[in-house]
Amino acid sequence: MPSALNALNLNFSTIWPEIILTAVAIIILVLDFFVKKENKSILGYLSVLGLLAVIPVAAMTVDPAPSFGGMVRADGFSAFFNVIFLISAVFTVLISMDYMEKMNIQRGEYYYLTLFATLGMMVMASANDFVNLYVGLETMAISFYVLVAIRVDNRKSVEGALKYFVLGALSSGILLYGIAFAYGFSGTTSLTGIASIGSRLSSQSPFLLLALALIIVGFGFKIAAFPFHSWSPDAYEGAPVPVAGFLSVGSKAAAFAVFVRVFVAAFPAFHGHWVDLLWILSAATMVYGSVVAISQKNIVRMLAYSSIAHAGVMLMGLLVYNDIGSAGILYYLLVYTFMNLGAFAVITMFIRKDGRGSDLSDYRGLAAARPLWAFFLALFLLSLAGIPPTGGFTAKFFILAAAINARYYWLAAIGVLSTVIALFFYAKVIFYMYMNERADAEDLPVMGATYSVVLILTAIGTVITGVYPAPFMDIALKVIKPFFM
Amino acid sequence: MPDISLIVALALMVIKVFIVTTILFVLPLPLTYVERKVAGHIQVRLGPWRVGPHGLLQPFADMIKLILKEDIVPDKADKFLFKLAPLMAMLPAFVVYAAIPFGDKWTIPFIDREVTLYIADMNVGILYVLAISGLGIYGLIFGGWSSNSKYALIGGLRSSAQMISYEIAVSFSAIGVVLLSRSLSLLEIVKSQGGNLLHWNFFYLPVGPVWFAIFLIGSLAEINRVPFDLPEDEGTLGAGFHTEYSGMRFAFFMLAEYLALVTVSVMSVVLFFGGWNAPFNVPFVPPILWFLGKVILFIYFFMWVRFTLPRYRYDQLMTIGWKILIPVSLVNLIITGLMKI
Amino acid sequence: MEQIPFFIFAAIAVLSAIGVISVKNAVHGAFYLMITLLQVAAIFILLRSPFLAAVQVFIYVGAVMVLFLFAVMVLDIGKEELRETFNQQGVIAIPAVLVMLALIGYMIIGGKVLAPAGNLTDDVLIGNSTEVLGKELYTKYLFPFEVVSILLLIALVGAIVLVMKDRKR
Repeated sequence: MPSALNALNLNFSTIWPEIILTAVAIIILVLDFFVKKENKSILGYLSVLGLLAVIPVAAMTVDPAPSFGGMVRADGFSAFFNVIFLISAVFTVLISMDYMEKMNIQRGEYYYLTLFATLGMMVMASANDFVNLYVGLETMAISFYVLVAIRVDNRKSVEGALKYFVLGALSSGILLYGIAFAYGFSGTTSLTGIASIGSRLSSQSPFLLLALALIIVGFGFKIAAFPFHSWSPDAYEGAPVPVAGFLSVGSKAAAFAVFVRVFVAAFPAFHGHWVDLLWILSAATMVYGSVVAISQKNIVRMLAYSSIAHAGVMLMGLLVYNDIGSAGILYYLLVYTFMNLGAFAVITMFIRKDGRGSDLSDYRGLAAARPLWAFFLALFLLSLAGIPPTGGFTAKFFILAAAINARYYWLAAIGVLSTVIALFFYAKVIFYMYMNERADAEDLPVMGATYSVVLILTAIGTVITGVYPAPFMDIALKVIKPFFM
Repeated sequence: MPDISLIVALALMVIKVFIVTTILFVLPLPLTYVERKVAGHIQVRLGPWRVGPHGLLQPFADMIKLILKEDIVPDKADKFLFKLAPLMAMLPAFVVYAAIPFGDKWTIPFIDREVTLYIADMNVGILYVLAISGLGIYGLIFGGWSSNSKYALIGGLRSSAQMISYEIAVSFSAIGVVLLSRSLSLLEIVKSQGGNLLHWNFFYLPVGPVWFAIFLIGSLAEINRVPFDLPEDEGTLGAGFHTEYSGMRFAFFMLAEYLALVTVSVMSVVLFFGGWNAPFNVPFVPPILWFLGKVILFIYFFMWVRFTLPRYRYDQLMTIGWKILIPVSLVNLIITGLMKI
Repeated sequence: MEQIPFFIFAAIAVLSAIGVISVKNAVHGAFYLMITLLQVAAIFILLRSPFLAAVQVFIYVGAVMVLFLFAVMVLDIGKEELRETFNQQGVIAIPAVLVMLALIGYMIIGGKVLAPAGNLTDDVLIGNSTEVLGKELYTKYLFPFEVVSILLLIALVGAIVLVMKDRKR
């Protein structure tokens, strides 16, 4: 049946990035058997090379026609996200190699699981069908469960991983339940198929609304929105620090990719219904994240709550439901990749095997001992807080502007308020670093070459997006446009 | 108004089920006798001799003994599961036969009605047999656990580990057969082996014998027969998972075990040795006799194995399952696939 | 007519599912779970998919549950009754669940559920559902199918990573 096969459009050029990445990961998996325990960093460098090789391929794979029987849609949107995932994976692996050596976890599995997690995210971003979406999501999630627990002899690591796993499995179940209702309603799992059936009905279908609510819960878990966030501080704290960074950036970006695609592409006819739900979710997430972060003593936990608050802001961009708001999310995630992974890079560098460097108080007087580190961390924290001239400011600005444009005044006000609250705990760290004396003149680690590369690149990314956001925003607008035609 | 032919079909079905079940119920009687006789002769002794001529009535004596024995339920046992376990072991052994084709079609003399010599032709027959016969393991596990005895528990543990390890290899060999015969239905599998000896799956060289070896070893391990009978290793575990059982409940376990032996023989014949197909053209021998003859040969083979080979150590058992059978099946699967393109 | 067996299977499935979470003994829980899975297999047969039914029995009941029981027996959590570990969560959870159930029930019974039939109708499935399934998997669902194989690889590696002791130490 050649005609039936043609209709499926088995166009392998749309999945080249996935294919190459899988090949790289499997090569590393095999090499892992031959590499000695002391030299596992070689696998890290290889992963970085592989990821760098995939970036141009991913950026150029733009073919909006659905391929593989409508499962895959490798449009500009997915290319944009794929580049974000790959960049964050590169940074993560770069800061991991020294960390793994320092913590004495010499495991080759770490590197290829990171690559597989990235693969899962890429599958999610280009998914045009719930089946594909769910498979990608699980590929990512299972890799992360293992990555979080990779320090198997550490209590916190196991605790965090267990919480993440149990709640993650539950949320997957809820998501699947929602998908099942959507399928039962429309007879198809394809996002475009659901959209066309939804637009034909247009009147309320309680069935589909139920599906919608359940899907929001499932995705809300992945982006760590307020009532579904409880896993994230524990998982971040227990995970190796680079993994926590990757979790907060990559996993969140992937979840937002499907969030945007599903709600804009599959349920546009129900915009009036999901927008109220998201309004509450967004407001609660912003306020909760900012307020709870204040009382945190551990810097990773603090960043976990800050990451919750950021998810709330990004949700705002989704619910305004226009191209500027959604492009704002894309742009925000790009900036967030730079600033958050930069902050995590400094923490990774600073943390010691005995756990010193994880408390906020450990950062007292860092500016005197290591001025460069303190500068970088301060830059990233200011950007996270949304202070100009950093990328964090422009990103927040775009989303708030979109919200005000769409007359969500109250939500925008809550967003600004939460930003002000958040400033307090970001500033606290900076205050500790610059205004306090260092109590003990101890052996601070030296800055390795990989760290300098990551820090310089992330800092450049943070500043450039802050002072010259136009080209990035243009790309984001261009890739999101087809969604609102 | 129900159709008359429907009623007849239904009645035929019930009769067939009844016949098969009855035969299966009675089958262990001769089997125990044969097994003991075979054992005796292999070990250069006479075997049962006292009860009846040549000890022929021995199985009946055993049966009466088992029925009359006191049914003991240990005080600290989990009563519910303890009582249920023998049934759970026995039931799947019977249910499996719903899918087994004993022959193709047969015309009843005088009334000239054609009946099929199988209860149901399922289009997923091979999966059904594997799945259902796998359920028998629950009897062993629950029986071992609920007895509240360490020997029984370890026996149950071993059987579950063994089952999981070898299920993979057996499923692979089933995939191999499906590739060779291009069907999941047991009836079709047998029919695809029609003609002469060389059409049997076993003689599909070079992969056929390998698949058969994998199937044979895996099945032996799954039904806990020597040399893989670690769940009831007398040397270390008393009587294994049924240490605490007596009387009829013990008899149920025995019944299940003998039926499993028959099932494996039947499946070997159906999957690899052409079912009821004759090896070469012989007039006047009805197909069912070929089928039964092959099955009997296999049963004898398994008894022969039992009294010839020593028991494997537990780590050897695991090594064979995971490090030999599974890789070999993977390679064999690729070769079979290439040959069948 | 065909709905009668469905309701029987469904009722047993739900009841034994409740049994799974309400009994205190882990082995009994596994027993009820096994019954639930068998009922699901029966429902698959009613849905004209004997292949899925056989696979359900083969994989879930035959392999996964045996692994469950293996773990339960090795860890010996069956003997000591699981201790009560709820901090009055039931007070919130049970009403929430009941409200959810009522909502879903109301929607299914009262709502105008316009579920269009898929393209896998009776006459497509009858007799050769296995073939239909296989063809769909290798054509339309080819991409997720391949990703699933990677997913299983990850799960395999992950399980080994988490349990394997470091040889050097």
